[in-house]
Amino acid sequence: MDEETRREIIMSNYMQPVGKKDTPKDTSNYKMVNSKNDSCIDNLDIYVDIKDGVIKDIFFNGEACAISTSSTSIMINELIGKTTKEAINYINNFESMINEKEYNKEILGESLAYEEIYKQGNRKHCAHLPYIGLKKVIEEYEETNN
Amino acid sequence: MNRNDFEILNNNLIYLDNGATTLKPKVVVNSINNYLTKYSANAHRGDYDISFKVDTLYEGARDTVKEFLNASRREEIVFTSGATASINMIVDGYFKNTLKKGDEVLITKVEHASNVLPWFRLSKELGIVVKYIELDSNNEVTIDNLKKSITPNTKVISLAHITNTLGDIRPIKEITKLAHENNILVVVDGAQSVPHIKIDVKDLDIDFLAFSAHKMLATTGLGILYGKYDLLNNLKPTFLGGGMNESFDDVDKVFLKELPTRLEAGTQSIEAVLSLDAAIKYINSIGIDNITKHEQDLKEYAINKLKSIPHIKLYNKNTTSGIILFNVEGIFSQDVAYYLNKYNICIRAGNHCAKLLKDVINTNQTCRASLYLYNTHEEIDKLVELLSDKERILKEMI
Repeated sequence: MDEETRREIIMSNYMQPVGKKDTPKDTSNYKMVNSKNDSCIDNLDIYVDIKDGVIKDIFFNGEACAISTSSTSIMINELIGKTTKEAINYINNFESMINEKEYNKEILGESLAYEEIYKQGNRKHCAHLPYIGLKKVIEEYEETNN
Repeated sequence: MNRNDFEILNNNLIYLDNGATTLKPKVVVNSINNYLTKYSANAHRGDYDISFKVDTLYEGARDTVKEFLNASRREEIVFTSGATASINMIVDGYFKNTLKKGDEVLITKVEHASNVLPWFRLSKELGIVVKYIELDSNNEVTIDNLKKSITPNTKVISLAHITNTLGDIRPIKEITKLAHENNILVVVDGAQSVPHIKIDVKDLDIDFLAFSAHKMLATTGLGILYGKYDLLNNLKPTFLGGGMNESFDDVDKVFLKELPTRLEAGTQSIEAVLSLDAAIKYINSIGIDNITKHEQDLKEYAINKLKSIPHIKLYNKNTTSGIILFNVEGIFSQDVAYYLNKYNICIRAGNHCAKLLKDVINTNQTCRASLYLYNTHEEIDKLVELLSDKERILKEMI
């Protein structure tokens, strides 16, 4: 992916993030997880609805930088409708990508916009932030339901 | 001024994060290097030449700090691990033993976490009441508002001399006068003031003062706790151990040393103490008043330029210290900091450890540029140039 395309994907997801909304009154179907970054002030509340092993919905709110916000938006866009196993596989590949390990480019979609984020130390954590929360929710779901 | 003394500036670094820590001049680097390579012994311990030398230099540094603050006695200067440690020692070692339920401590919502959380904990432990002094329309402390906050139960006023966000300089002399007329003690967080303006603890009549060495050109790991002798003499050591005890035989037979050693358990960061000695002598050679004036000039220069940029929101254009707090409207502060970093400019983004400040300025994240003696008008010009084009920030911030 060329630099201009990466920039466009990140900026469009930052300016109009998918799944960013105020918390509705009824969140009984959702698990909420807070994702924070110790080295900055990114602070996201991520709500996840998983039913029968499938991610039905994700939304988020909070304050975060362009990289965290866009990464969350892309994550939501890519993972709604996926099974928890597919989501974990996606997250593992994403983590491999930002940690400069072997990964499957085919499944990461727009998240490839962060394929060179490893070059910017702190921003790597920003891109990773939403996945920390989502992974925790999925792992808790798997523990409860298996 | 004196830019050649700072090797790190040879790389065209524009360092505007002096509220977090400062750069180190060669004399400071040399002081540490000399300790590590020529007389790397412990202080107060050995009967051999290099230990004696270290002991002499270590205690000499105490005298240097005493003179710098115009303290009455060298015993009033205690070396700690940082300003945070100093404030915690003051709260836990003195006020925990002298305050009682219902006593009131006055702080503000602009204080750094280090001057909030120790009081919050004491509130939980003892039932003291932490109250906030109302701020004026510039978010500053006034004597009139302070008078309104004082009640018969007020026992302590604990304030930053210069706040680490808004950079307002509190009228400490007037505050201590009013406080002492009402039998109230005053704790001053000097982390952002001691490196930048003249502090005379006798003239200001400060009861306790805390500050950090690394924010005044020395290295990290060292703070200073100043207290008036009679108060400090009643401060119970937080840490017990080597170096601070006279003798011990049993639980009932523990005898502690006199001040200041009693409050310096274990081995302190000796190289940091020696670096502080070098740093203060360096500051004295320039003149603290010259540093203050330089920062004021730069701040005024920066504010005059920044205030004409429509998308820059300034939160403290009226304060005179070298701290500039701002946001680029519609852009997250951290993205602004990352953008400036691409041009080798270091600023700080976030809440700056002042998490109650959001109630005062209605945002919990800002950009902070903080100045020191080595900053220049040309650096401000570069900062202003980069901030003046919002489209460019949006384009280059990721």
